[in-house]
Amino acid sequence: MNFGVLVFPGSNCDHDCAHAVSEGLGEDVQLIWHQETLVEGIDAVIVPGGFSYGDYLRTGAIAQFSPIMEALKLFAAKGGLVLGICNGFQILLEVGLLPGVMMRNRDLSFICEDVYVKVENAATPFTNACQSGQILKLPIAHAEGNYYTDPVTLSSLQANAQVVFRYCTADGQVTPEANPNGSLDNIAGIRNAAGNVLGIMPHPERCAETVLGNQDGLLLFRSMVDAFTGVHTS
Amino acid sequence: MKAKIHVTLKSGILDPQGRAIQQSLATLGFSTVNDVRVGKFLEIELGDTDHTQAESQLKAMCEKLLANTIIEDYRYEIETSNPSTTP
Repeated sequence: MNFGVLVFPGSNCDHDCAHAVSEGLGEDVQLIWHQETLVEGIDAVIVPGGFSYGDYLRTGAIAQFSPIMEALKLFAAKGGLVLGICNGFQILLEVGLLPGVMMRNRDLSFICEDVYVKVENAATPFTNACQSGQILKLPIAHAEGNYYTDPVTLSSLQANAQVVFRYCTADGQVTPEANPNGSLDNIAGIRNAAGNVLGIMPHPERCAETVLGNQDGLLLFRSMVDAFTGVHTS
Repeated sequence: MKAKIHVTLKSGILDPQGRAIQQSLATLGFSTVNDVRVGKFLEIELGDTDHTQAESQLKAMCEKLLANTIIEDYRYEIETSNPSTTP
């Protein structure tokens, strides 16, 4: 399987993502500079975390108009798998591949810590290697992870099982106390209606090998490979 | 031609920055401040263009990039530099 990882000025998790899929799963990966206009021969695209364009104006606001984004929209429209992590999630929101917006964290602080998330939908190309309701420990590192959308969109996200990850306690309780940033409905990750685009605030690539003390993140990348190679047909 | 653009959070959207500033103002003794909303202010030099065109350009700029209309409102003023229009 061929992964492509987009690289914007200010991306800083691009190499971590590439490392996770190449070293962790032995898949092929290439970095794609944002000035490129094609994603050819690529089976899945990762939009990595970082501070694209220094977060100027709003997180992801400038990156949405990079030349590569037209190609990414086309790729997604054809059903290609797109995973946006942290700033990548913010970019996917700005460009409209996912609904909603990220606001400043409730307490205004940049939060860098391990959190627990519950897999609310294990029947996606990003979670099929997980059990439904499984609790993953993943690190977050962001100042704008406070997901917001209008009530109508939220209802449709919930009704269509598009809320894929929610912040929870270590034993899986989805409570206000387990919500690190004020995110609506404890949302940590959502997918689009078609199911081939996922955005997640925590960083699976930062916990994808034993030497890091946690491999929970590898489940997302493994799910993508399994979905692509047809191990799981969900 | 110059334009001034204000981008602000829609009313009803929680503004934690504004709340922190309000609390800080209260600490300084400005206890009558009821609410603070933080926004962005942009000055744009538009070059030679007529008023109608400038207006439609500004609207497009705000909708496409300068504001995220899910949570933000925008308004703009166009300053004409023509000295004959200033009293």
